Amino acid sequence: MLKTFPAGGVHPPENKITAGTPIKYLPVPENVIIPVTQHIGAPASPTVSKGDSVRAGQIIAAGKGFVSANVHSSVSGKVNKIDHIIDSTGFKQTAVFIDVEGDEWVESIDRSSSILKETDLSPEDIIKKCLDSGIVGLGGATFPSHVKLTPVSGKHCEVLIINGVECEPFLTSDHRLMLEKGEEIIAGIRIMMKALQVKKAMIGIENNKPDAIANLTKLASAYCEISVHPLKVKYPQGAEKQLIRALIKREVPSGRLPLDVGAVVHNVGTVFAVYEAVQKNKPLFERVVTITGKYLSNPGNYFVRTGTPLRHLIAAAGGQPENTGKIVNGGPMMGKAIVNTDVPVVKGMSGVILFDEKESVRKTIEPCIRCAKCVSVCPLGLEPYLLMTLSERNLFEKAERERITDCMECGCCSFTCPANRPLLDYIRLGKSTVMKMIRERNIK
Amino acid sequence: MSNLLNVSQSPHIHGKESTQKLMLNVVIALMPALFTSVFYFGLGAIIVTLTSVASCLLFEYLIQKFVLKKPISITDGSALVTGLLLAFNLPSNIPVFIIVIGSFVSIGIAKMTFGGLGNNPFNPALVGRVFMLISFPVQMTSWPVPKGLGTGYADAVTGATPLAIIKEGLKNGESLSKLMGEIPSPAQMLMGDMGGSMGEVAAIALIIGFIYLLATRVITWHIPVSVTGSIAIFTTILWLANPEKNADPMFHLLAGGVLLGAIFMATDYVTSPMVPKAMIIYGCGIGIITVVIRVWGAYPEGVSFAILIMNSFVPLMNAYIKPKRFGEEVTNG
Amino acid sequence: MGSTVIITIITLSLLALASSVILYFVAQRFRVFEDPRIDEVQAILPAANCGGCGFAGCRNFAEALVKAETFEGLNCPVGGATVMNEAARILGKVAEVVDPTVAVLLCNGSPEFRPRTSRYNGASECRISHSLYLGDTDCSWGCLGDGDCVRSCSFGAMYMDPVTMLPVIIDDKCVSCGMCVKACPRHLIELRKRAKKDRKIYVACQNCDKGGPARRACKVACIGCGKCVKVCAFDAITMENNLAYIDAVKCTFCRKCVVECPTNSILEINFPPRKPKAEPQAEVAKV
Repeated sequence: MLKTFPAGGVHPPENKITAGTPIKYLPVPENVIIPVTQHIGAPASPTVSKGDSVRAGQIIAAGKGFVSANVHSSVSGKVNKIDHIIDSTGFKQTAVFIDVEGDEWVESIDRSSSILKETDLSPEDIIKKCLDSGIVGLGGATFPSHVKLTPVSGKHCEVLIINGVECEPFLTSDHRLMLEKGEEIIAGIRIMMKALQVKKAMIGIENNKPDAIANLTKLASAYCEISVHPLKVKYPQGAEKQLIRALIKREVPSGRLPLDVGAVVHNVGTVFAVYEAVQKNKPLFERVVTITGKYLSNPGNYFVRTGTPLRHLIAAAGGQPENTGKIVNGGPMMGKAIVNTDVPVVKGMSGVILFDEKESVRKTIEPCIRCAKCVSVCPLGLEPYLLMTLSERNLFEKAERERITDCMECGCCSFTCPANRPLLDYIRLGKSTVMKMIRERNIK
Repeated sequence: MSNLLNVSQSPHIHGKESTQKLMLNVVIALMPALFTSVFYFGLGAIIVTLTSVASCLLFEYLIQKFVLKKPISITDGSALVTGLLLAFNLPSNIPVFIIVIGSFVSIGIAKMTFGGLGNNPFNPALVGRVFMLISFPVQMTSWPVPKGLGTGYADAVTGATPLAIIKEGLKNGESLSKLMGEIPSPAQMLMGDMGGSMGEVAAIALIIGFIYLLATRVITWHIPVSVTGSIAIFTTILWLANPEKNADPMFHLLAGGVLLGAIFMATDYVTSPMVPKAMIIYGCGIGIITVVIRVWGAYPEGVSFAILIMNSFVPLMNAYIKPKRFGEEVTNG
Repeated sequence: MGSTVIITIITLSLLALASSVILYFVAQRFRVFEDPRIDEVQAILPAANCGGCGFAGCRNFAEALVKAETFEGLNCPVGGATVMNEAARILGKVAEVVDPTVAVLLCNGSPEFRPRTSRYNGASECRISHSLYLGDTDCSWGCLGDGDCVRSCSFGAMYMDPVTMLPVIIDDKCVSCGMCVKACPRHLIELRKRAKKDRKIYVACQNCDKGGPARRACKVACIGCGKCVKVCAFDAITMENNLAYIDAVKCTFCRKCVVECPTNSILEINFPPRKPKAEPQAEVAKV
């Protein structure tokens, strides 16, 4: 019996079209648009101005406060302008436009391909390097990683959990990374273990990636403290709380953090970024992006500089098919639909999926037949049908009592609803309203 | 067609399930029982089924079109299922006008007055059935004797159901062992060779339907198993306490509408609870009330009443019985 | 037979007697004193329970009126001065004079002026699409067109225009209860003072972006040029966050600003057509 989380979950068609496509480097585009805020938390503010020359790896926006992250230039060239753009979240924000000239990197970055397994740095220095390099969670949530590496007084971390689950359909960026950069990932895990001062690390990988499991198991066999765990294929196993439940059988209580049950979870992509930042001094300005879609002629996995307009990436994958109806940033279950192809690649973008017109249009909403399928697939034991009705009718106090804020927006309910009801749309609305209510109450 | 991109919230993919498919699966699961009833009751079964289905669909269409003035949704299959289930609860020789009245009560009163699919508190087919049972007691309880395919419609020979035989007999002071000799054997009852409503007689066909519904994940095991389980346990206790007065559990499970009720009527999505825990309580409630009505009540059969009674508790159960929330009990280790 | 009937009658009568005695005492015990004037005031209120007064329903408002020392800040927008004066007469107080208002939509971004840049395909509620992204146009301030305001209106005073994709307010039916103001996630509806013949002059835009982006997103956006402020002789127009605002109280309906506005974002409604100056009208047609 493979490990998994017990309650809820769905198994959407995997569609991992690009699982066998090695990662290629996407050529640097002629100009890039780098949003200054690419993380959750306090927004960063630009530190360059129009006309400045920048090099790849140079800081162009500085984070403010602890829960924030720096942004670095991904190319060398001249700052053309600083203006508002519509970014991948669908809202307007400030971005730095850079015209590319050559490909000059900051000198301290080690561009050789040698693998440095050991580090002499102290935990504090490792965390400092992560902070300076602007590393955020690359699984999609983009939570600044140094925050999760910094010890919290009174809480003891027992195990570092590495998330190689990649439960979203279509996406293969983590899969390819585990296959091709296994040694770097193992080295990265050991660096993070040192920073966290834990003695144990577990890598969770879904069983539909046997080659990645084999590769990491082989590489990890040299270190008895790192173990690889194959997991049953089930969405949303890549969710932090579900992964912890699957691997160490502990449930993170509502409103608490994984650290409360002695675990810290990091994505494999983040581990790779930490390795590069600590051992190679390379800030986070490049990441693996899966560009995929059933109608793309040449889908694949690419190392892409942040700020590259999606148009460029789609062109590399064979151009945008005529019938494209929707472009999604991230996985199909939790990703965000983007407005146009001028949107730049950002740190949190693990994949870009092109859907055709027919797939992208929602089906007609029918009345709820109370089949309870949403209740049975909810991994958090909520009642989506009820939460939707409460949000629809503005009964937010009641929704709060029904624990609407526990919802992690995995989308299982909307996915499974036979009546095509937009459950998650309304639950999100209710959740944000309830969060606002709670914040206002706390201020009072 | 514009070349603008669509934007909506996640998830951007949708599962294969649809209301129509679910209803169609229920219809498929009902087919074995339909075939056996045609096999035993002949032409009558076909006439009753067709009338019931057609009038249910017609009433749904007419009400949506002229009364509610809403988009027509008869293609979702829910009226078809109601029609089939209503037919399955009727004797195969019942006059057509009664079926039409029953369909009207099912669709018009039990379903549409509450706002249509998804809003009715009581199972529409059962409301129709109980209405007919009370309004036309003679026609509703004159069960044709299974005579095979050739049986006509109006000229069918009628007899009593096994449950009625036992009930009447015990009331008249006859001994149970003698009465047990008068009813069909368990093997006959399993195959459906007994008097009764069209769809309820063939246990084996209903069980095939149950397996199909489980395999296609239309229903979960909770309700059928808890209904039959609680009936089995309750009647075993009664039987052990007084074998001369109470029939054995095997008889109670196979006779009457227990299987039809447990598998197809109690599991009706709209009128059953949402949470597994509540489903089990609901199922046990149905089982216990059924046995109480059968053993001590005035009617020989109580499944329909039991389901309707428990239907009325469903909103209460939905409000108070909650699923286990993630992280509620911290398990360490 | 006869005795059965008699016994039945006697038992039932006794039961009824016992129940009535119990009910009487319970009613005495749990009696709640209510000011009878609350009922009186409630009777003259419109009974729409719209919430326009800021209370949950007409009954709550009646209670508030009875309790209040003065009528300051209390107003029933539906009933208007008539109802408030009547209530004041009952309670022996003085009603505050509140000018009647009417809801006005501060957006004119029909597809003709504001090209669509994406298609929203989710649950059709403005509050949901508003929380998802900037909307199906490049203007992150304008109307989303999913009709939350129309659904919130309990007086049938609003409908969606299928051509402009904007809600329309029927002046005669609008009681300015303010429900649409609360429903709009982008705060595009304002309650403005009602003028003679329902005349209105207002800036139909809420876009606070700078001129360039605002103009690119919508042809009739206020670009914050300030021409109207200069032309206004009555200090009725103020400029804040690249957005002009016309004070409905100070405005004298001279219509000079309407002509001056380069993007036609100032609307004049229910005015007779301008005879002597035909050119500005022609300009509108060209745009």
